[in-house]
Amino acid sequence: MSASIAQSPPAAHSPFRIGLRRFLRHRTGMLGLVLIVVFIVTALAAPLIAPYSPIATDWNAIRIGPSLAHWMGTDEIGRDEMSRVIWGARASLAAGVVAVLIAAAIGVPAGVLAGFAGGRTDAILSRIVDAMLAIPFLILAIALAAFLGPNLRNAMIAIGISSAPVFMRVARAATMDVKTQDFIEAAIAVGNPPWRTALRHVVPNIVAPVLVQGTLSVATAIIAEASLSFLGLGEQPPQPSWGSMLNAAQQFLTQAPWLAIFPGLAIFLVVLGFNLMGDGLRDVLDRRRRG
Amino acid sequence: MQAPIGARLLHLVPTILLVTIIVFALQHLMPGDPAVMMAGEAAGDPHVVAQIRAQMMLDQPVWWQYLHWLDEVLQGNLGYSWRLTSPVLVLIAQKLPVTLQLAAMAFFFAVAIGVPAGVVSAVKQGTAWDWAANAIGLFGLSIPTFWLGIVLILLVSVDLGWLPPSGYVPLTQDPLRSLATTIMPSFVLGNAIAAILMRHTRSAMLTALSQDYVRTARAKGLTEQRVVIRHALRNALIPVVTLGGLQLGTLLSGAVLTEQVFDVPGIGKLVVDAVFNRDYPVIQGVVLVTGLLYILINLATDILYAVINPRLRGG
Repeated sequence: MSASIAQSPPAAHSPFRIGLRRFLRHRTGMLGLVLIVVFIVTALAAPLIAPYSPIATDWNAIRIGPSLAHWMGTDEIGRDEMSRVIWGARASLAAGVVAVLIAAAIGVPAGVLAGFAGGRTDAILSRIVDAMLAIPFLILAIALAAFLGPNLRNAMIAIGISSAPVFMRVARAATMDVKTQDFIEAAIAVGNPPWRTALRHVVPNIVAPVLVQGTLSVATAIIAEASLSFLGLGEQPPQPSWGSMLNAAQQFLTQAPWLAIFPGLAIFLVVLGFNLMGDGLRDVLDRRRRG
Repeated sequence: MQAPIGARLLHLVPTILLVTIIVFALQHLMPGDPAVMMAGEAAGDPHVVAQIRAQMMLDQPVWWQYLHWLDEVLQGNLGYSWRLTSPVLVLIAQKLPVTLQLAAMAFFFAVAIGVPAGVVSAVKQGTAWDWAANAIGLFGLSIPTFWLGIVLILLVSVDLGWLPPSGYVPLTQDPLRSLATTIMPSFVLGNAIAAILMRHTRSAMLTALSQDYVRTARAKGLTEQRVVIRHALRNALIPVVTLGGLQLGTLLSGAVLTEQVFDVPGIGKLVVDAVFNRDYPVIQGVVLVTGLLYILINLATDILYAVINPRLRGG
């Protein structure tokens, strides 16, 4: 028994390594990761792989169905649909990731504070979160984006603020869970000030649930960004975004059905990727689920 | 433990006040002169702008503006839509029944699909049934509502010609036509919630099936069907009911896009039209009403929860 522990290198026992190894064996989680990587590479390499400019119009090629020259056809003013889908990955992924970073930057500190301080601080912060959660997520995001003004940056801010309460709840629950453990009591007993205990001892131990929530929230945020740009509140034309492409496509459903298929398929696949990976991370990292 | 109903009602007061603060704060996010912005398309009319400025008390401190605004709201005055020339509350009262019909039908679809799928996947855990139910659940969570709507219009209306692609007929006018116009949008709307219900039913059923009382029921020699439905499902459904209430927000969010895609004149379409026309009082009104609706429905769910769960009775 003691021999086997002595033989294995200590690094292999770090929670990160153990989690990583478990995740690499998680088949659907890995499928999600692969989907995400494909879309990230597509977004980064858009100038290299897009066959045409995403905003160049061609009046001789208006609403042409999928063909060898235009794999996904062309739109109502002759722009190459495939190039627009490829470039559209940028707005979608950027919005998803930035919105979640904003949400976590607001929600996690608030949640740690509420969970760690308890009492009146917790009561006040929790009431604010209750109020924000009472307003339907997308309606709040639409209202924020409408009042801030329609553009991609404001859409990210609107989605980020609307998603923050979820992070607050997750961070608060995880903090209250960690707080009951012996090492926190020890940290306080040896004279650490509360802020240091929270920062050095609580925060590292709530990374796992926040990471799971973060991954799943990127999926929600990407759908929200597509929804806002579908309603004209995201990336403005002529810049390509999947949501606004679907909005335009709806006017030509009978004449050019392909325009409605590809941008939606792209949203579906990238969101599926984040959902699969989030579920995988949860299976691997959640102590309760592992039993 | 659930708090008694009276305490919960008292608890709601600060939450409702905070919702009103959020709604009020929206108008201060706008770049530029709020009076000019709130006037939307009527901004060119100095008379309208002056009227709004006086009404919003823009020369007063912010907290005074808020109290004045709250006073108006408490009297049922949510402002005035300059575009549709009618009070916001009247507009919302006209559109809300349409959205509620859609939401009720969507909830029916969600329960009819999500609960049986969750039961089957828990009972047949690890089989192809389980796998298929999980795949459908993941599909439902990942597909954007408005895209599913567009694809269904393409297939069912454009290709097959079975159902009208858009429009709405009130239930009181022609029930059959009404169903024909709402069946597709409500299916689309219910889809995401079906997926959430399926996942929760599955995990609640897995927990219930591993309990002692299920083993006892089996040991008594009851048929498997009876064990699953009478003993496991009845207990598993308790948390699922509460979850159903919490999904109202998802339903209202989804309604915005679904109504836009299918051209259904509910409050979702109202808020989208308001966004297109910069009709800010209407946007604020819809945010306020949907927030309050959510709080009330959750209170009702809490009460329902206490009724179906004997352990919480008398709280």
